[in-house]
Amino acid sequence: MIEAVNIEKSFDGKEVLKGISATFEKGKTNLIIGSSGTGKSVLLKNIVGLVHPDEGYVLYDGRDFTNGDKQLQTQIRREIGMLFQGSALFDSKNVEENVMFPMDVLTDTPFEEKLERVNFCLERVGLENVNSKMPSEISGGMKKRVGIARAIVNNPNYLFCDEPNSGLDPQTSITIDELIAEITHEYNITTVVVTHDMNSVIEIGQKVIFLYQGNKLWEGSNENITQSEVKELNDFVFANRMMKLIK
Amino acid sequence: MQKLGKFILFMGTLFTRRENFGTYVKLTIDECIKVGYNSLFIVTIVSVFMGAVVTVQTAYNLVSPFIPDYVISLVVRDMTVLELSPTIIAIVYAGKVGSNIAGELGTMRITEQIDALEVMGINASSYLVLPKIIASMIMYPMLVVLSAFLCMYGGYLTSLATGIISGYDYIYGIRYEFIEFNVSFALIKAFVFSFLVASISAYKGFFTSGGALEVGQASTAAVTNSCIAILLADYLLAQLLLA
Ligand SMILES: Nc1ncnc2c1ncn2[C@@H]1O[C@H](COP(=O)(O)OP(=O)(O)O)[C@@H](O)[C@H]1O
Ligand SMILES: [Mg+2]
Repeated sequence: MIEAVNIEKSFDGKEVLKGISATFEKGKTNLIIGSSGTGKSVLLKNIVGLVHPDEGYVLYDGRDFTNGDKQLQTQIRREIGMLFQGSALFDSKNVEENVMFPMDVLTDTPFEEKLERVNFCLERVGLENVNSKMPSEISGGMKKRVGIARAIVNNPNYLFCDEPNSGLDPQTSITIDELIAEITHEYNITTVVVTHDMNSVIEIGQKVIFLYQGNKLWEGSNENITQSEVKELNDFVFANRMMKLIK
Repeated sequence: MQKLGKFILFMGTLFTRRENFGTYVKLTIDECIKVGYNSLFIVTIVSVFMGAVVTVQTAYNLVSPFIPDYVISLVVRDMTVLELSPTIIAIVYAGKVGSNIAGELGTMRITEQIDALEVMGINASSYLVLPKIIASMIMYPMLVVLSAFLCMYGGYLTSLATGIISGYDYIYGIRYEFIEFNVSFALIKAFVFSFLVASISAYKGFFTSGGALEVGQASTAAVTNSCIAILLADYLLAQLLLA
């Protein structure tokens, strides 16, 4: 379980996060939703420590990541896997080297074992025979899969995904969402997914947090999201015609 | 002034929270190939032509029966060692390597590759930038030595081809009253310039934000800022070491 407590963050005097508290549960896919520019990515970056919050702190299973000492932070970092919006594969490394990289820098595993683990992870995300391909040679959907393989290679306890299906066609989006959900349940990971895609909310929104202009306005799940009284959330949920028809 | 402070802080981050030594050796060798080997072609071309042109122009300016022919190559040699090879090639180097470094780091920044490194607990500035600076400081002085040789050789070929001065006089002039300190001076300049190009370009690239447009701007800024820094440093070093 991850607890974010009263996170505040400003950039150049502009308040982006205005005191957000949220808990993300183990073995579930926790979604942070909201329209573009509301601070979803900034919240995620605060949680994983890429950005230091002005106020507040983040607990990983009770361990204070924000104010903890270097040793604790390193320990927690080892337990984190992250999938970035544009996959963020290293251009100069091939698929195998990309997936192996977190093991190279965070563990002392011998090469043979690393290779075995890399192949296992690539297989798990449905990729085979791409080990020697460069990132520029594979499709967007495959990059996401490689990104997921890289994120899970060190057996993380916490998995973060920033807009995992941005730039993908609807069908590939759903398979990626499903893959993330499967991995979460299979390995009992605390997964946090940032998205603005209602399809994902319906598919994998076991827990949903709605952000609006730097505030958390609602939390719940895909089961009760359509019944909320929050106007901003309803505007977001029923933005497209299909959802309106369903309503 | 604020930028200078930020730059110095950035240089400070290169030396904190490092990876193990072996990692750096490997990364630095990779960078050496990128920085040095890949610059060989342009440095060769520019040096040979520079030597040829300088020889012709010096000869053109020294048409006097009172000045012996070997003075031409002597002038070529001193200009090459003192200024042309370390400084002019540094400008070329800034255009080639500086823009490359800024472009690479800028792209890594906007595509979140730098964030990906930091999430894994790697000090991205040290991991990415330090090997580039070290590689630059190893390879650029070698390029300068090569360039100086090629520049003088270019002049030699020209004098043979055009008959401005005889090959014998040319070699005589190259050897005449040779001041060894000039070579040390050229190497000192090479170290300083290579550091400036690599660090300024890395700084520009590392702090890119936005998109492809900003990466392009960062590359341009890396080259212009490096050139200005090179010329300033050139002047300061001349004052300090020659005056
Ligand atoms: N490093 C930064 N410096 C300044 N402003 C930033 C920075 N990162 C994000 N912002 C601003 O914070 C706001 C929220 O951004 P973000 O979290 O990326 O939105 P989204 O919800 O679409 O992911 C935006 O207005 C953005 O301009
Ligand atoms: Mg975002």
